[in-house]
Amino acid sequence: MKRERTVVILTIVLAAMLVFAPFLPNWTMFLFTVALCYGIVVLGMMLLIRTGLVSFGHGLYYCLGAYAAGTLEPLFGITELAVMLGSAVAICAGVSAILALLLRRYRDIFFAMLSLAFSMILYGLLVKTSSLGSTDGFNVTVKTMLGVHIAGTAYERYLIFAVTALIAWVCAVLIHRYLNSHRGRLAEAIRDNELRVEYMGASVANTIHLNYVMSAILAGLGGALMAVSVGHIDPEMAYWTTSGEFVFISILSGTGSVLAPFLGATIFESIRSFAYEYSPNTWQMALGAAMLLVIMFLPGGLWSLFRRSGRSAM
Amino acid sequence: MTQLVAVLIDGLIYSSWLFIMAIGLTLIYGVMKILNIAHGSLFALGAYTAASLAGYWFEQGYPAMGSYAVMLVSAVLVGIIAGPLLERGLLRFMYGRDEIVLVLVTYATFLILEDFIKLVWGVDPYFLYQPYGLLGSFDIADLTYPNYNLLLLAIAVAIGAVLAWALTRTRQGKILIAVIHDREMAASQGVNVSRVYFVTFTLGAMLGALGGALTAPMISVQPGIGAETIVLAFAVVVIGGLGSLPGAALAALLVGIVRAATVHFRPELDLFSIYFVMAAVLIVRPKGLFSTQEARKI
Repeated sequence: MKRERTVVILTIVLAAMLVFAPFLPNWTMFLFTVALCYGIVVLGMMLLIRTGLVSFGHGLYYCLGAYAAGTLEPLFGITELAVMLGSAVAICAGVSAILALLLRRYRDIFFAMLSLAFSMILYGLLVKTSSLGSTDGFNVTVKTMLGVHIAGTAYERYLIFAVTALIAWVCAVLIHRYLNSHRGRLAEAIRDNELRVEYMGASVANTIHLNYVMSAILAGLGGALMAVSVGHIDPEMAYWTTSGEFVFISILSGTGSVLAPFLGATIFESIRSFAYEYSPNTWQMALGAAMLLVIMFLPGGLWSLFRRSGRSAM
Repeated sequence: MTQLVAVLIDGLIYSSWLFIMAIGLTLIYGVMKILNIAHGSLFALGAYTAASLAGYWFEQGYPAMGSYAVMLVSAVLVGIIAGPLLERGLLRFMYGRDEIVLVLVTYATFLILEDFIKLVWGVDPYFLYQPYGLLGSFDIADLTYPNYNLLLLAIAVAIGAVLAWALTRTRQGKILIAVIHDREMAASQGVNVSRVYFVTFTLGAMLGALGGALTAPMISVQPGIGAETIVLAFAVVVIGGLGSLPGAALAALLVGIVRAATVHFRPELDLFSIYFVMAAVLIVRPKGLFSTQEARKI
């Protein structure tokens, strides 16, 4: 019953967004698009955090996804949205499946640091790749969506928003199903005590591997959708402070439900866009203070406010 | 030939710098098990304070050589103000929580301090170029290096030597090692653990600020230097093995030489090389070069 409630809420939110978005001013729609992209990435972070792993390098897949989508035009002249997203998913899945062979042997700080190293390797490479614009990055354009020409049309923004919302809905429902499956439930057991999980006959390594690849795919999708909706990408997406933002939103939202990352990302994006407007030099300070308060007083994240008994964020 | 000498000397200079940055970080981790992201902000605070105070010193026309003392004083000032504030005001409430939670706490601190710096010093760059050239220069194989680099090297060696001596030869050092091995047992033997933490964190903060103060003459002091530096320092301490003093020294040397070599032969791989070394070392030795085996929890 409770399972279905989450899906029902997700569907209602999706429907409401799709119906009301055309009446929203452009900047609000853009804010929601960006928040949804972040939400998809943080959904993946949530999967890892439930397994007890905090990655300070998820910018790697966020950036990889964006570049996998964005470089299709300069390399092959492809500007079809579906192909761009598919390429982001394929490349992130491939890279993460290989890196996970290594990363699944690491825990805690070492997991965080090794993933940070990998994302900084990508950053270091992109910064020096002048054909891709070095630190400036380059512009990304989408011309067609499933073959239909959308570039420059009046409903271009809305369509990209709608696609982002739909993908976010699909990801959320799938991850929700996964978390309630046998393997999905193993994540929290691994976080609590992985040795016991091994004794019970389940494979810790395989579960971590699977969760890592799924979170990488989500980060790549988020990155590609971000590239498409912002229309510009640069290596900063792989810099460790970007990964730090994802960690921040994950801690802020909590890991109680697939709804939490989207809620957290929306709050984060709203605060950020207003803070940019009114106090560009103090908004990080507010974020840092909020993070400390959440860690100290709300270890289950904002989501624990919605439940009677909050669970630990770690 | 000239190029090889250049790689070696550049590498050595860069290693000294890395070592000064990493030593405070590894000290704090070794004793308190806190991987302090805010170390980057302490670095930036040190750099900004030194740039302001020494800049003022030069403006007033005081004897130029005194600027080195001013830089040192700035580092100590930052250390004894920011260190206790952070440790007493925040971190001591967090002891005993997961290491990764402590990383997040220091990350939040880092965000706060970054904006604090912007509020106090603004976003325009500061320049403190004078101390870099004051000491004259030396020539090796057609290459000219400012003597300031030698000062950096000397300070790195001195810090390493003093810390190694203090840890192994003094009573306080032995107490510290006891705390590192077993905090509760040390406490039950009458060691004031919270005082040890307090002193360690302040010392570590001071070292971070010193790194910043010494770097200020070589760079333009601007927002973002903390974020750049902390990930380099992370690479060094993780390669060396978290909390290991000789590890940090060896890792600094390794990273310094590798980076100098790539800058000379393959400049496009500059940043890449450092993290590549980090990833490579972690793949072979998952907990760094000088790491101790830990018992598994059941």
